[in-house]
Amino acid sequence: MLKNISNLGDAALYCDFGIQVNKATNLEVIKYFNTIREKKIKGINNLTPSYNKLIISFDLRVTTFSEIKNKIENLDTTIEQNKNNKKIEVPVCCEENFALDKSRLEKKLNLSYQEILTKFFDKEYFCYMTGFIAGMPFLGDIDENLRTQRLETPRVKVPQGSVGITEQFANIYSFDSPGGWNIIGNTPLKVFDDSKERDPNLINPGDTIVFKKISRQEYESSNDK
Amino acid sequence: MRVVMTSNYFEILRGGINTTFQDKGRENLYHIGIPFSGVMDNRNFLLANKLVGNHLTAPVIEFAYQGPHLRYTGDQLNFVITGDVIFKIKKKDYEIDGDCYHSYHLENGDEINIISTNKSVYGYFAIGSEIDLKFQWNSCSINTKANIGSNNGKKLDSGQKINLLKINSDKTLKNVNYINNKIENIRVIKGTNFDYFSDEGKKIFFEKEFIVSKLSDRMGMRLEGPKIENIVNTNIKSEGLVKGVIQVPADGNPIIMLSDHGTVGGYPKIGVVVSVDYDRLVQLAPGSKVKFQEIELSDAETLFKLYEMETKNLLNQIL
Repeated sequence: MLKNISNLGDAALYCDFGIQVNKATNLEVIKYFNTIREKKIKGINNLTPSYNKLIISFDLRVTTFSEIKNKIENLDTTIEQNKNNKKIEVPVCCEENFALDKSRLEKKLNLSYQEILTKFFDKEYFCYMTGFIAGMPFLGDIDENLRTQRLETPRVKVPQGSVGITEQFANIYSFDSPGGWNIIGNTPLKVFDDSKERDPNLINPGDTIVFKKISRQEYESSNDK
Repeated sequence: MRVVMTSNYFEILRGGINTTFQDKGRENLYHIGIPFSGVMDNRNFLLANKLVGNHLTAPVIEFAYQGPHLRYTGDQLNFVITGDVIFKIKKKDYEIDGDCYHSYHLENGDEINIISTNKSVYGYFAIGSEIDLKFQWNSCSINTKANIGSNNGKKLDSGQKINLLKINSDKTLKNVNYINNKIENIRVIKGTNFDYFSDEGKKIFFEKEFIVSKLSDRMGMRLEGPKIENIVNTNIKSEGLVKGVIQVPADGNPIIMLSDHGTVGGYPKIGVVVSVDYDRLVQLAPGSKVKFQEIELSDAETLFKLYEMETKNLLNQIL
């Protein structure tokens, strides 16, 4: 549930849905996100849903914090929304050169790489949010035995397509980007396509993701590559 | 019938340090990971367009520190440079030092050499013409990190051409008196994680001087100074960011989010720079000394209204 609304500076609202990070909380965030988007409230120029927060940015030339806060507090979120969430299969190759943190993870988790991969692929994931860089999905939750911290020193450049894990989450690097997640493999799938103005993101909040292990040969012959 | 082949264009003889096309930026894309982008200094952007008779939000060329050196081929047009900028205009037989906020005629063969910004960061070059640009999500703004926008999302480089479509018919020369004043006290509203910091850390934040680091760009401004101590957690669950948010990572040095910022982040937010100070904040060159000053939301709103009125008055002075 929406617990509290405060101001983030003078041109944004900070909507707090509680400290719990789970699917139920996130679905509530997404419900507000979808409802506000459909309402097209004057002055709102950006919405950023995350695990348990929703940031609403607005144009201070058009409206104010108290005006938007009032509208959000009186929002009817009970209306049935068009649920068009998808289930997407993401092929991942975890062979040499792709599994950048193989030995680090084996050591940190005290598991063989085979065991790590079995646990990783044996699950469906839920997309909590996208962002940081264009199209990057934040997925969860990963198996309890696979949870570990970020790298102590982040990489300057994580290759595009890298699949990373940290704490209870997995992500996919949509571009070459700096980053500190533990990289277990790489997908040939194009996660962000800026030639599609309408729907550039392959994966959106609320979607379900199934990772599928592929060989190097399958990776190389993939269409997206 | 007369076939008119209009080929009006600029050749880029030198790209400059970070020269990009910018306009008002992109809205409603944070949720997919795309920031606003757009011009850093909005007032100088609006003034530039008004001075050459463009739409107020038409694309302009933004440059940082050293700007581009350009040669023009084509029919007469107007251009202007805004900001605090040193530049030269080279005509056939002579060369002059240009003045900011004065529009000039440009003739076939003329050159503009934008030498540098003066104790500031960004300057704007507006052309009295429609420019041939690619728009993505209603904006030509170049985001070099995600390679989005015109010029394939890359900064402008020597050897490239800027093609013009339709030159404005009104070529009246315009000017306005305007001086960019420097900011020393950046006004901020307390952030959502303000209480993550020790009493001493909070005191340091509002009382001590910070220096703008060289590691600043369109994504963010890094500051160096006394370490701001965190007593709760140096990480939070990733959540949305907006322009002006001041994050403090584990090293204790604040980073202010600017126009191309990552859309989510996981460092505690100690404060947010208020909208009225944003245009002047981005103009702080590396080495500048700044202090943060706390302000209430209602005061921030009032000051922004006054700033907007001032901008409107300036625009209205340009006839």
